[in-house]
Amino acid sequence: MHENLTPKNTILDAKQMARIIRRMAGEITETHKDLSDLLLVGIRTRGVPLAEKLAAEIERMEGVKVPVGILDITLYRDDLSTIAAQPEVKGTHLPRPIEGAVLVLCDDVLYTGRTVRAALDELIDFGRPRAVQLAVLIDRGHRELPIQADVVGKKVPTSKDEVIEVTFLSTDATEQVRILERKPPK
Amino acid sequence: MTTETIRWTRKDLLGIAELSPAEIELLLDTAESFSEVGERPIKKVPTLRGKTVINLFFEASTRTRSSFEIAEKRLSADNLNFSTSGSALEKGESLIDTALNLQAMAPDLVVIRHGSPGVPHMLARRIGAGIINAGDGAHEHPTQALLDAFTIRRHKKRLAGLRVAIIGDIEHSRVVRSNIHLLTKMGATVVVGGPRTLMPVDIEKLGVEVAYTLDDAIRGADVVMMLRIQLERQGRMSFPSVKEYFRLFGLSRERLRIAKDDVIVMHPGPMNRGVEIASDVADGSDSVILEQVTHGVSVRMAVLYLLSGVTSEES
Repeated sequence: MHENLTPKNTILDAKQMARIIRRMAGEITETHKDLSDLLLVGIRTRGVPLAEKLAAEIERMEGVKVPVGILDITLYRDDLSTIAAQPEVKGTHLPRPIEGAVLVLCDDVLYTGRTVRAALDELIDFGRPRAVQLAVLIDRGHRELPIQADVVGKKVPTSKDEVIEVTFLSTDATEQVRILERKPPK
Repeated sequence: MTTETIRWTRKDLLGIAELSPAEIELLLDTAESFSEVGERPIKKVPTLRGKTVINLFFEASTRTRSSFEIAEKRLSADNLNFSTSGSALEKGESLIDTALNLQAMAPDLVVIRHGSPGVPHMLARRIGAGIINAGDGAHEHPTQALLDAFTIRRHKKRLAGLRVAIIGDIEHSRVVRSNIHLLTKMGATVVVGGPRTLMPVDIEKLGVEVAYTLDDAIRGADVVMMLRIQLERQGRMSFPSVKEYFRLFGLSRERLRIAKDDVIVMHPGPMNRGVEIASDVADGSDSVILEQVTHGVSVRMAVLYLLSGVTSEES
């Protein structure tokens, strides 16, 4: 995939991921007694399979189908003028109006917080939700903005030379979380 | 990644002729994503905040210019319009001087329409801003061809293998040239039809079939695209009367039957009802003419977005 990235170690396998996602779904249902206002919103790309898995778990536990939306934050990024070519835009799809809804933003990794900032700005352009929460599978630290997650799967201390790679069977060939190391070019 | 995604690397969009099928596909796919922005409660994204776009129109245009303007506004760009009337051009300024003066205002993108072919190309060589050709003489009108292809793809789910008939004033139309380039590159068959007096010599060298009657042109067509008879561009009448033109080449409900059952009817506008197209066809269930206008905004947003990435890198 990327240049000069070497796998360091696997921190979660598929089984451990499933267990953690189950616990996250439990935390979400615990804090939201009324699930009828709830909308899970996955941030492209790998926030989407996380949101879908959380919705499936909630349905299994509570028998309620929580709708899942997809957010593409590309048009709200703060680095468009600094990166070489424009990133691909794939589109946002929200299955219901967000006015008055309780949203749970889902993403695979929380790092600088800039993606979440862009996501919040984009969501506000769709209406005024009653509340927005954040659920992430991995919190790797190094925030550059005052943003914290409400539901965290696993905290992983990392250095800035490392990359967290999350894969899901629905988008990739494997389902696991790995730490990769960025090797300086020789 | 399952599919190979390509990066947009061009500073300018001058024509379809130089684009690869992969670049055309990238533009159309990007436009697909932007069409969703037009359906939002707030039809605006902050993507081009702080970018300046100049719309430079040396020829009258309502639809193309307002379409670009809306696209620019939906992307949060700052835009300003120059048109021939009231500009320094009327006071004798040369085109080069106009270009250099624009350059001095440091725009990021310039959308230009001009009556002479090649003017956008000349501008692209002279100034650093990205240039978008919004029509140069009878040469090219790339965003029109892209919005036509986008509309066809929405209805037919593909371009390859389709039979597309384009009828009317083939000689004076830049819409035809851009459409021929685009559709043949994407694997569609193009048939051009019209009176011999409006058919350029050697047009078949562009890889199209030629028909001199309406029936021959639209028989079995998946798409019928009617062109406006551009009386103001001709200087002299190339056919005896408007009445006769309609009788021979005008699209009526009756004559459309020879095309495929699920044919779609298109027109780049503005229409001359009763000249090239009957009102009941223009307003009928096969017509996608107003959809073309809607899709024009999405396509132009995609073009502005992709080009602005390249200019910001270079400047």
